[in-house]
Amino acid sequence: MEAAVLAAAGVRKRFGALAVLDGVDLALHAGVAVGIVGPNGAGKTTLLNVLAGSLAPDAGTLEFRGRDVTAKGAAERCRLGIARTHQVPRPFTGMTVFENVLVAATAQGRRRGGEAYDLCLRVLDETALTPLANRRAESLGLLQRKRLELARALAAEPSVLLLDEIGGGLTDAESEALVITISSLRDRGIAVLWIEHIVHVLLQVVGRLVCMDAGRIIAEGLPESVVSQAAVIDAYLGSGR
Amino acid sequence: MKVERWTRTSRVFTGGLAVSVVILAAVPLIFDPDVVQKLTTLLILVLLAAMWNALAGYGGLLSVGQQAFIGMGAYATVFFANLGVPPYAAMLVATVVAGAISVPISLFALRLRAAQFAIGMWVIAEVASIVVRLDQNLGAGTGISLIQLNQYEPNFRQAYTFWLALGFAVIFLAALFLLLRSPLGVSLQAIRDDEDAARSIGVRVASRKRLLFVLAAFGCSAAGVLVVANTLFIEPGSVFSVQWSAYMIFMVLVGGLGTFEGPILGAILLFAIQATFTQGGPWYLVGLGATAAVFALALPRGLWGTVEERLGLRLMPVGYRVVGAKREETDG
Repeated sequence: MEAAVLAAAGVRKRFGALAVLDGVDLALHAGVAVGIVGPNGAGKTTLLNVLAGSLAPDAGTLEFRGRDVTAKGAAERCRLGIARTHQVPRPFTGMTVFENVLVAATAQGRRRGGEAYDLCLRVLDETALTPLANRRAESLGLLQRKRLELARALAAEPSVLLLDEIGGGLTDAESEALVITISSLRDRGIAVLWIEHIVHVLLQVVGRLVCMDAGRIIAEGLPESVVSQAAVIDAYLGSGR
Repeated sequence: MKVERWTRTSRVFTGGLAVSVVILAAVPLIFDPDVVQKLTTLLILVLLAAMWNALAGYGGLLSVGQQAFIGMGAYATVFFANLGVPPYAAMLVATVVAGAISVPISLFALRLRAAQFAIGMWVIAEVASIVVRLDQNLGAGTGISLIQLNQYEPNFRQAYTFWLALGFAVIFLAALFLLLRSPLGVSLQAIRDDEDAARSIGVRVASRKRLLFVLAAFGCSAAGVLVVANTLFIEPGSVFSVQWSAYMIFMVLVGGLGTFEGPILGAILLFAIQATFTQGGPWYLVGLGATAAVFALALPRGLWGTVEERLGLRLMPVGYRVVGAKREETDG
């Protein structure tokens, strides 16, 4: 297998007495989508925050294309090519949808002016936000905000895309469109990490599935085999749902 | 589809603004010196409001110590004038020198967060005030006059000072406007709305904040220079007073934090309140406090923030509009 684009080794993170990440190893490869499932509180979002640089791990290392990026903050990691979405969308509420996306398009220091505008218009088209381009982001509904999260991440032109529950609450037609969008990003060579509770949507895109529980990876591999493992079923059924 | 920056409204308004600057420039030719002096005060307030807004509204940096730069600008003017620099040249030198002090200050002040930063800046202002009080050549605690300005006949002096104030206000507001319109502009607005989210998509928040901090310091230094030119006498107790910060916060919150137009409105409102309660005193302060409280409760976005929100009106072309897209879908 070719070298990982982003690799985490031995990542640990504690919040007080609670070990939220308890020694996690994970590698993401170009053109491969990896899904993460697990009960609430398993540490999925914390792992994503550590990968994106918004949370510093207590132990462990992170390598991007073979370079140690553990000490780099979120902005620098994004400029290297690691973009993320937020589970609870965080739009820039006082700006229009287009301006939201433009921030990401220009912040990487690679594009400006007309080139950046074209990129934004392309991304808005891809995420079906074009008709809302001039709307102030504070007036968007939750699903539109989630699309804006994805659009902003894409405008950063990432090589690694970290998605945190962007599929919740979608109709069948919308999930189908999302599956097509994410699959095409994967096929363009982007390494995708996707946390999602809606497993049947996830399975249409990911080539590898990781199941986390209590800060550890308890199963990983081909999606079918992970889903059928007894430990995974226990973790889900044991989550009190 | 294409992207537009100028709208009809913003063209008309920006044109109107340019015309009003030209009209303002004629003020000293028409009005009495005391009217000119009052309008100079208004320009100082506009400048201060715009600079505090640049800091707090776009950088999220709530400072209650900008009077440090006001005081340093004012005292630097006296210092350079006493060295023999012609007074108006001394004012320009003082603006640059006092503004430049913000670069080393930013190295440690910007490491502080939120309330620590606010109080830290206040401490810096108090330290600067104490340093002045220790210096007999600067009048120590009792204050000092800019006597070199007496060489000018009062009418001319007031006119020159007004033009300097107008020049500074135009330069610093234009600088802020151009910054907001530049490719950096959207990242500044993004920091205003959600600093961490901005960081997560690659915005270098720290360097943007430093830029705003230094701009605001230069602007406040310029305002300090204008204060001494306009009043001819300064003392550390008033020029380094935290009351300046109270005024700035008032103007920006009432006018609209994080909007370009709002602080200008806020400055005009504060000026009108000051002109109404000429005696000062407790009722003036009660009035200010009550006005701020009413705005905080009823219009938390301030005057202009509310207009912008309700009417979708943007007078300054700092935004972007996509034209030629299909009609908006219904809310969902």
